Amino acid sequence: MRRLALTFLVVLMASSIKPAAAERLVVSLSNHRVPVTSSFTGEDLVLFGTIEPDAGKTALRSAYDLVVTVTGPRHTLRTRRKERVLGIWVNVDSREFVRAPSYLSILSNRPVSDIAHQDVLRRLQIGLDNFLLPQRIGADIADTVRDDPFRVAFVRLETQHGLYRESSTAVTFLTPTVFRAAIPLPADVPTGNYAIDVKLFAGGAMVAGTNSALEVIKAGFEQYVAEAARDYGLFYGFVTALMALVIGWIGSVVFRRD
Amino acid sequence: MQIYLPIADLPVNIFLVLGMGLAVGFISGMFGIGGGFLMTPLLIFIGISPAVAVASVSSHIAASSFTGAINYWRKRALDIALAMMLLSAGILGTATGVWLFTELRAVDQLDLMIGLSYVTLLTVVGAVMIYESVRAVIRARQGMPATLRRPGSHTWLHGLPFKLRFKRSKIYVSAIPVWAIGFIIGFIGAIMGIGGGFLLVPMLIYFLRVPTTTVIGTSMVLTLVTMASATVMHAATNHLVDGVLALILMVGGVIGAQFGVRTGQKMRGERLRLLLGLLVFAVGLRFAYELVVKPDDLYSLRHVRNE
Repeated sequence: MRRLALTFLVVLMASSIKPAAAERLVVSLSNHRVPVTSSFTGEDLVLFGTIEPDAGKTALRSAYDLVVTVTGPRHTLRTRRKERVLGIWVNVDSREFVRAPSYLSILSNRPVSDIAHQDVLRRLQIGLDNFLLPQRIGADIADTVRDDPFRVAFVRLETQHGLYRESSTAVTFLTPTVFRAAIPLPADVPTGNYAIDVKLFAGGAMVAGTNSALEVIKAGFEQYVAEAARDYGLFYGFVTALMALVIGWIGSVVFRRD
Repeated sequence: MQIYLPIADLPVNIFLVLGMGLAVGFISGMFGIGGGFLMTPLLIFIGISPAVAVASVSSHIAASSFTGAINYWRKRALDIALAMMLLSAGILGTATGVWLFTELRAVDQLDLMIGLSYVTLLTVVGAVMIYESVRAVIRARQGMPATLRRPGSHTWLHGLPFKLRFKRSKIYVSAIPVWAIGFIIGFIGAIMGIGGGFLLVPMLIYFLRVPTTTVIGTSMVLTLVTMASATVMHAATNHLVDGVLALILMVGGVIGAQFGVRTGQKMRGERLRLLLGLLVFAVGLRFAYELVVKPDDLYSLRHVRNE
């Protein structure tokens, strides 16, 4: 229902300026499956795409803007704030961010604030400031104002970790209708399913959109160890303890001096 | 060369971690301690979360203390009966420690608890060791015997009931202080990711009058069993033991310890204790500094659950 209303609104807005929008986005990702192995130190994925006129209805416009939003698997995090208590710094207050993306990249060809009006950006959740980050406040779950200190700290910390980013240079137009976007995945990228949402803007309004997806998986030995630790904790513990004994024993044999 | 740690979920330089294992192993061999109180802070410093660091270091200490225990076993310098008595309480202490660790993690106070325990324990123990060894060094300068050991002297601890005789150590003491010491060491080890060797050795000497011939070997057996069981319990309850990290640390630690032992044997006892005291005290101060000075960032994130 919401999407329908949204489409209607977009069509309405676009039609008020120019004849009915009729672009189509075609995108392709360099790699849909990213394996995290023992030598993984991060990777840059490339998204290629073109803007095509739909069934030759209209001629293409001259200036387009493109925003790519990549969201990682959802998880719940707690943001804690320290305060001085009896001379030492202690976590006194915390907020839970419910189902926040573990990875969030907003990539565009110029600052999102220049692409469309603030109301449009907020409705479409474009930009770190406009992305919905619901917090648990008492029994309710709701997003707060943009300058809420916990929200600001949350976005800042995630940005420092390289897991959240907003880049106004990551999308480049090779020709007026062919573009490429670089999606950076840091070394400690969370594993799981990622959604890629591509939105095309012209004259401050969204004219087309498409989706893609990618998957980050732990591969080989890493996957094996992580699964063992999670699913067979007790057995994993015994194996680790046994490993300690074997290494200790080898050490005493190798370096035996008498 | 970078290697990805599957539980800590971050890549580290394998040579850096191996080097840390070697350095801490060297110190642990030199002083006859596990070295956990140095290794855990180092791991936290390179970006591993305190919880994963504490849980993984326990297996590293188990490895290095097993090497040591084998060596002392060959020299018949450990008291199995005393070690078993300490252990019966030590396991209970470890279980209590792991339980409290889980509870504190749930209420966001684990980092504070780890920090506070490090400050109090290390500064107090470090200060006592410095004081004691400086006096010994001064006495040695004046041509007197370095240590004031009165083997026959009794304290109130010797008046407690449930007395037991430990043949190898040639002592006759109540089971109560033995159990208390075992419990404390097991508990502290699980919470702080330390073997507690630097605490246990003085406790055994001063409270139970265990002779120096058997004290280090016995302490190593206790460290071995409490740390091996802490590894299993941390893995089973918190799923935080990083096997890859532990393996690199173990290899470095076992090699480093062998060279440390040789260096330690060339030094005089009281000088060695003074050095260790200074080291312990310095690490304690470092933690105190962190708690008192305003942190760079008042906010921090903690993962609650995946959706």
